Amino acid sequence: MPELLSIRNLKIEATSYPPGEPPKRVTIVDGVSLDLKKGKVLGLIGESGAGKSTIGLSALAYGRGGAEITAGEVLLDGKDILKLGRGGIRTVRGARVCYVAQSAAAAFNPAHRLGDQVIEACLQHGLMSKEEARQRALYLFRVLGLPNPETFGDRYPHQVSGGQLQRAMTAMALCPNPSLIVFDEPTTALDVTTQIDVLAAIKHAIEETHTAALYITHDLAVVAQISDDIMVLRHGKTVEYGTAQQIIEEPRQDYTRALVNVRQSGKEEAQDQSGTLLKVDNITAGYPNGFRVLHDVSLHLPKGQTLAVVGESGSGKSTLARVITGLLPPLSGSISFDGKPLTPTLSGRSRDELRRIQLIYQMADTAMNPRQTVRDIIGRPLTFYYGLRGAAKTARVKELLEQIEMGAGFADRYPAELSGGQKQRVAIARALAAKPELILCDEPTSALDPLVAEGILKLLMRLQAESQLSYIFITHDIAIVRAIADSVAVMHRGKLVRFGPKRVALSPPFDDYTDLLLKSVPEMEIGWLEKALASRRMASAGN
Amino acid sequence: MAITSEPSGAPPRRWRERFPLLALILQRLGLSALLLLAVSVLIFAGVEALPGDFATTYLGQSATPQAVANIRSELGLDRPVTTRYFEWLGNALQGDFGTSWASRNSVSEQIGNRLGNSLFLAFFAALISVPLAILLGLLAVHYRNRLPDKIINVISLAAISLPEFFIGYLLILYFAVNFGIATFPATVFEGMGFVERLKAIALPTATLVLVVLAHMMRMTRAAILSVMSSAYMETAELKGLGAFRAIVKHAAPNAIAPIVNVVALNLAYLVVGVVVVEVVFVYPGMGQYMVDAVTVRDMPVVQACGLIFAAIYILLNMAADILAIVANPRLRHPR
Amino acid sequence: MRLRDIPISAWIGIVGIALAFICALFAPLLAPHGESEIVAGVWEPMGDAYLLGTDNLGRDLLSRVIYGARTTLFVALAATVISFSLGIILSFTAAVSRGLIDMGLSRFNDLMMSIPTLIFALVVLAVLPQNLFVLILVMAILDSTRVYRLGRAVALDVAVMEFVEAARLRGEGRLWIIFREILPNTLSPLLAEFGLRFAFSILFLSTLSFLGLGIQPPAADWGGMVKDNKDGIIFGIPAALIPGGAIAALAICVNLVVDWLLKRTSSLKGGRGDA
Repeated sequence: MPELLSIRNLKIEATSYPPGEPPKRVTIVDGVSLDLKKGKVLGLIGESGAGKSTIGLSALAYGRGGAEITAGEVLLDGKDILKLGRGGIRTVRGARVCYVAQSAAAAFNPAHRLGDQVIEACLQHGLMSKEEARQRALYLFRVLGLPNPETFGDRYPHQVSGGQLQRAMTAMALCPNPSLIVFDEPTTALDVTTQIDVLAAIKHAIEETHTAALYITHDLAVVAQISDDIMVLRHGKTVEYGTAQQIIEEPRQDYTRALVNVRQSGKEEAQDQSGTLLKVDNITAGYPNGFRVLHDVSLHLPKGQTLAVVGESGSGKSTLARVITGLLPPLSGSISFDGKPLTPTLSGRSRDELRRIQLIYQMADTAMNPRQTVRDIIGRPLTFYYGLRGAAKTARVKELLEQIEMGAGFADRYPAELSGGQKQRVAIARALAAKPELILCDEPTSALDPLVAEGILKLLMRLQAESQLSYIFITHDIAIVRAIADSVAVMHRGKLVRFGPKRVALSPPFDDYTDLLLKSVPEMEIGWLEKALASRRMASAGN
Repeated sequence: MAITSEPSGAPPRRWRERFPLLALILQRLGLSALLLLAVSVLIFAGVEALPGDFATTYLGQSATPQAVANIRSELGLDRPVTTRYFEWLGNALQGDFGTSWASRNSVSEQIGNRLGNSLFLAFFAALISVPLAILLGLLAVHYRNRLPDKIINVISLAAISLPEFFIGYLLILYFAVNFGIATFPATVFEGMGFVERLKAIALPTATLVLVVLAHMMRMTRAAILSVMSSAYMETAELKGLGAFRAIVKHAAPNAIAPIVNVVALNLAYLVVGVVVVEVVFVYPGMGQYMVDAVTVRDMPVVQACGLIFAAIYILLNMAADILAIVANPRLRHPR
Repeated sequence: MRLRDIPISAWIGIVGIALAFICALFAPLLAPHGESEIVAGVWEPMGDAYLLGTDNLGRDLLSRVIYGARTTLFVALAATVISFSLGIILSFTAAVSRGLIDMGLSRFNDLMMSIPTLIFALVVLAVLPQNLFVLILVMAILDSTRVYRLGRAVALDVAVMEFVEAARLRGEGRLWIIFREILPNTLSPLLAEFGLRFAFSILFLSTLSFLGLGIQPPAADWGGMVKDNKDGIIFGIPAALIPGGAIAALAICVNLVVDWLLKRTSSLKGGRGDA
């Protein structure tokens, strides 16, 4: 069978404009080749900056943000689409090749109804009559499992949920019956329990319509569910290219192996449950307008251990952290720390109370003052809490930098000069500088690439072992929970639905929500999606 | 001008959620009315702050106690402040702004004519500048970061730095004096033919257009650029839509609101701009009337003109806000 | 930042502003004649004796332009400095305090801004005595409303950032947060705004003087000089355009610098995206 899409020695460059320096050319994609047959799915995987989206868009001969294809061929049915010219490429885009963006919320025009946008490409290319296009859209809405498919198209983008918008975007791509669809991280912005539905809908729709697809993601477990072949990319180059089976089960390159094995190991949970450090009793919290975010939450954390708080967006897990830090005083309930009641408001807490609880943010970027050097950032708590100055402060900063596995040479850098992982390490050092007993970690790794995140987790574990730190680790990622937690709290819509030692909390019998959550997390295993869906169907049949 | 405010006397919650558009518009209307009232207080109170007594200033050297008392009662200055304020406001609402202290004529009569002249001037300036600004803004976006855009940027930057009177006198020197193809001063009078009138306001209109054009064009450019860089424009391109079609179908509906907003804001600016331009061209409009009144401290005229200018400004800003609300699909089609 | 990173347009602006300030500082040394010294006939043409000609009373125009730089720059700068200090102090207080203080200040500011500046100034100047002090104060207070609005927006932008929250969690006081956390991150836009307000003050002062409500004769100031010489225009005498041109040139120079500052600000922000 001839190849539908063949990319040969693709090279993509862009001009970057670093502030204060002359513009320079950067190579985003360097010598990548791939093949895709009709009706097959190829997964492109890699961390941010690997060039995977850029390669995906090259299948539409499109360069985003000034990226230019400078060498190579993109053959669609044997014809190089890079040589088509402006008018020629328009007959390909939206007709033979379609694109599904990561953020459907931004990619839909807020001023038009969804239905009109879904069928627009069909009409633009004269592929079918308006009525035929409407019928096809209706069919696709049904295939994708959208609610009220008959009237769904009459809605405006802001009137439907994120998961529905992502499916609508898929419908828009499928509508002209293209031979190839480029999916650019279509489920990344979604919660896990929504992701599995969208993923299943996309897979089903691809099978129904026999279209081929390039599926771009940073999550190997997701791509394993949907792809026939997988290409692993790093720094714009191909690391490994093979069948999904081979990549997942017998990875040949170290980098691929690291990706496959990331967070496979779990921490043995601590047995000792004595010596409670933090106790949260019947906390209800919300905002002055009467909107309640937390309902009657109670939990506790022993000294030197890790409590993982799991939940999806809107579950109230970050609000819980804000209540513990005093940023949001609770409406009712109490918190005790080390046996003594903790003042509910931030302004009422003593300097020592504040010192003993530190917070690490998800975005290290915004959590550090861009106008301060690493030395100032780490040094401030030393001066503020311990009155350290001069040489003593310098020595301690150096010590802390070594503790987070960065050299003293970083002390005079600004945050903008650090990588994402280094920034998060500095944020950890700032927390350590206060010598706290409890560190609240609010998704500290979710903005990082998997291998970098792994490094941060290992660092946190090492620090805990060294200095008897306690963590409350807020996350949406079950794999992280397995890897680091001693006890687990599952939150859903502001309520604590499950709380206990990890072994108990993550073992059956489950409550409905925990069950759904655990079953929705993609596993690094081919065929997991089918199994998960089948077990779901069984569960609903049993009801 | 974006006036953000907590609604006062908010209608019941459920009603507001069902008709957010109507609720917001009503809120803006109410807010503008409140603002106008506050402005009227401010303008009235300003006169009360007059150091010394007007009557004394007014009579100058010949201020005998008896003469001062006479003037005071004649002008009604001997009654309580609040009474005078409500009387003034009540009359103003009925179109009666009292009597000029300087000429002893009815202020309303004077303003009636002059307001018409000013609006006539502003209208033609808007008629020319709005389409021109949008066109230039589109051109600048089309040639973004290329030569035409850079030229437009530099020229418009220079243009917003030019004082109105400089442009005005430059135009007079060249077009009225040196080339003799335009008239100066820009005299208009009652019973003047329409074409004659247009000829008379050619130079002041040109000045106003130049003054307001650069601002409007720069804001239009920014508004269009922000729409053009949206993700949905990329979607349109990746659907195979041509540039023209993508702009008409996808950019335009989203760009209209900000552009209309820009236009309304600049019209408000234009109304203020007439003040200086009228003085330069000796044009018998509101602006000149007000400036003359300020020099001789003719307070009823200053108050009346101030209130009318402020009202026009507030109403145009309100129009800009309301148009922006109406154009927002999220508000037009609530969940 | 290195000098060679400054674009040519900004250099032109910097040189122009410097020139104006040199004129203002050393006016008695630079000016060939006195400020209000009548040296020749009315509206003498430009020539060797009087480089820019003479004005409506026979005073040397060049000397008056140089002296005029003094008054114009001094008044505009004084008004800008006062308006800026006032606007920034109030806006930062509002942004950090929130609550009732913020509400009250912001609503009052909205009210002040709902009246066009020139109209407001006309009403106020019709009432108050005409002297330099009143003029500067009126200009400063009216202009501070614009500074307030920008200052509050900029400060709020930074105040909601997590590093400010982190400082609050550490237990830092309000002064530390304003001066160490917020201010350093707002310097660039505030500097640009200062330039913008300065340019506006020059234009506004000139407009008031031109309308006869600003600086009173016989002191030389550019706007007033336009007014003095405007009647010459009909006879083809461009004397009014010379001070007018000076105003325009200075305002353009300031705007060129501001344009560069603003671009620098946005390129600093550029990397952060919408996160």
